[in-house]
Amino acid sequence: MNSSEQTAPLLEVRRLSKHFGAVQALNDFSMAVRPGEVVALAGDNGAGKTTLIKAISGVFQPTGGEILLRGQPVTFATPQEAREKGIETIYQDLALADNLSIGANIFLGREPMRKAFGFLPVLDRKAMAVAAKQTMGRLDFHVSRLDAPVSNFSGGQRQAVAIGRAVYWDAQILIMDEPTAALGVPEQRKVISLIHQLKAQGRGVIFISHNLQDIFAVSDRIVVLRRGIQAGERKISETNHDEVVKLMVGG
Amino acid sequence: MTSTSPTETHVAPQADHGDPARSWLARVAEGRAWLFLAGLIICFEVWSRLSFGATFVLNPFNVQSIAIFAVAPLLLATGQTFVIISGGIDLSLGFIMGLAAVVAAHATNMAGVAMPVPLAMMLGILAAVIVAGVPGVINGLLISRLRIPPFIGTLGMFGVARGAAFLLAGGTTVPVQNSWFALLGNGRFYGVPYLVIIAAVFVVVMHYILSQTRFGQHNYAIGANVQAARRAGIDIRGHILRLYVLSAMCAGLGGALYAARFTAGAAQAGEPLLLDSVAAVVIGGASLFGGSGTIFGTVAGALVIAVIQYGLVFVNVEPFWQFIAVGLVIIISVLIDQAQRRFSGARQDE
Ligand SMILES: Nc1ncnc2c1ncn2[C@@H]1O[C@H](COP(=O)(O)OP(=O)(O)OP(=O)(O)O)[C@@H](O)[C@H]1O
Ligand SMILES: [Mg+2]
Repeated sequence: MNSSEQTAPLLEVRRLSKHFGAVQALNDFSMAVRPGEVVALAGDNGAGKTTLIKAISGVFQPTGGEILLRGQPVTFATPQEAREKGIETIYQDLALADNLSIGANIFLGREPMRKAFGFLPVLDRKAMAVAAKQTMGRLDFHVSRLDAPVSNFSGGQRQAVAIGRAVYWDAQILIMDEPTAALGVPEQRKVISLIHQLKAQGRGVIFISHNLQDIFAVSDRIVVLRRGIQAGERKISETNHDEVVKLMVGG
Repeated sequence: MTSTSPTETHVAPQADHGDPARSWLARVAEGRAWLFLAGLIICFEVWSRLSFGATFVLNPFNVQSIAIFAVAPLLLATGQTFVIISGGIDLSLGFIMGLAAVVAAHATNMAGVAMPVPLAMMLGILAAVIVAGVPGVINGLLISRLRIPPFIGTLGMFGVARGAAFLLAGGTTVPVQNSWFALLGNGRFYGVPYLVIIAAVFVVVMHYILSQTRFGQHNYAIGANVQAARRAGIDIRGHILRLYVLSAMCAGLGGALYAARFTAGAAQAGEPLLLDSVAAVVIGGASLFGGSGTIFGTVAGALVIAVIQYGLVFVNVEPFWQFIAVGLVIIISVLIDQAQRRFSGARQDE
């Protein structure tokens, strides 16, 4: 689990650029994530953090540079393609269907079927519930009511369901855009502990946050973006809040 | 703000526990249509006994009449249930049903010239359902490809189907000359009208599609959060297209059965039933915001409306009271839905 420099990167971006007309949202940006590593992405509003992860996850194409997955150059035409390659993006606005159970959300779009009476295809709710229980157990999330719609759960719990879906489908790289922004303090702590679980399982995590406390609590490294440019990269153990803030605002 | 969870190390769902008020309210909201139905039947029973000394609900003739009465609105309402769960609405169903009734009459008569009576009947029903699918395809394309809101797109189709139905009928009703067709609409099997048997089978099939297939599951997901459904890789456009074809075909079957019952096709067959179909779905527990509802809830909703309409006539109340009674039930039903929504919503704001 002490991975940093030795192991080969899971994901690497090299000199990635993206402009929207005249706006250079991302400029020659490079970074890497290794297995079992949590990399925090910090930067002021409009620095280009969301642009970066959208370029990585196939929401749109970068205008320059390349993305390497386990050393191989890749391009993703759609988020679906990125997901198939094991890159899962968890958005702050919680991409869950609130009226469905945890299992139904994990399997949304890929529901398992079984045969009732030997011929009639029906949704295999039991298989979904079992998988949900196992998956959420791996995240130390102990579910008592598997049939309850996720609207019954709190924001942090639903965040855990979104992460659980990624874990079930065996995503190796999880990208989280401000996963704690909409949550209260106890809930934020739960999400942080979920990120620790993902790290322990050897997955790579890119974690965007405005909250330096969260970043210092969970990350191995921090990469700072300033107006689309990589303004610095530090090991968490070798930096402090003041230095990070200075990198963010420049000067 | 109202977080109930104590400081705990793991993330166990607790918001739904230890809160009897919530689950009580949720259960009432879910089963409200059956509660309404039971209440209404008791009311009419008491009313009938007090004023005429006769039973209302234990009279098999009444039960049968109510069941037949409920068939056509129920067929529209099952299709409408799917559409409303997806977060849409289909205003064109009434006139699609009229169009289908006219097509069923014409097709049965034309086929009857060349082939045996039962075959002609089958062909007539098939033609009605298929022709009804055409406006469904157009609705689906307008909504999924051209991004026209369902309310507007199907309102346009309401006009188009209406005009087409009246043109095809030549402005009058079209009598059906087919003995089997008449039997289908008015005959009984061990005392149970064929129409009711067909509707019951149909309802079970639709319940299966909604509750046990991917199509049904995706329909709920789309109604709750289209973006989540899209990100999960669901083909939203294809789904919406199939959805509106399905609802139109329900209306198509409704039209064919109307033609069987009255041995005539009429363009205005479904005109008064459109609002009843929406009402049945809402009374049945679906939310007009999408994401919730069941077929059996809708069945109860359709029965509530049928019992009100038939019951008020039975106890000799002026028919106009029907509108008021159905309207009040809709309003109460929506109020319950909102109360439940606000109550469970308050738990999530933190
Ligand atoms: N689709 C777009 N079209 C045009 N400009 C865009 C688009 N998306 C982002 N931008 C611009 O690119 C820059 C970077 O935006 P981005 O959303 O990546 O910032 P961010 O670091 O995520 O900010 P925040 O912390 O506020 O979320 C901004 O100037 C923004 O206005
Ligand atoms: Mg952003």
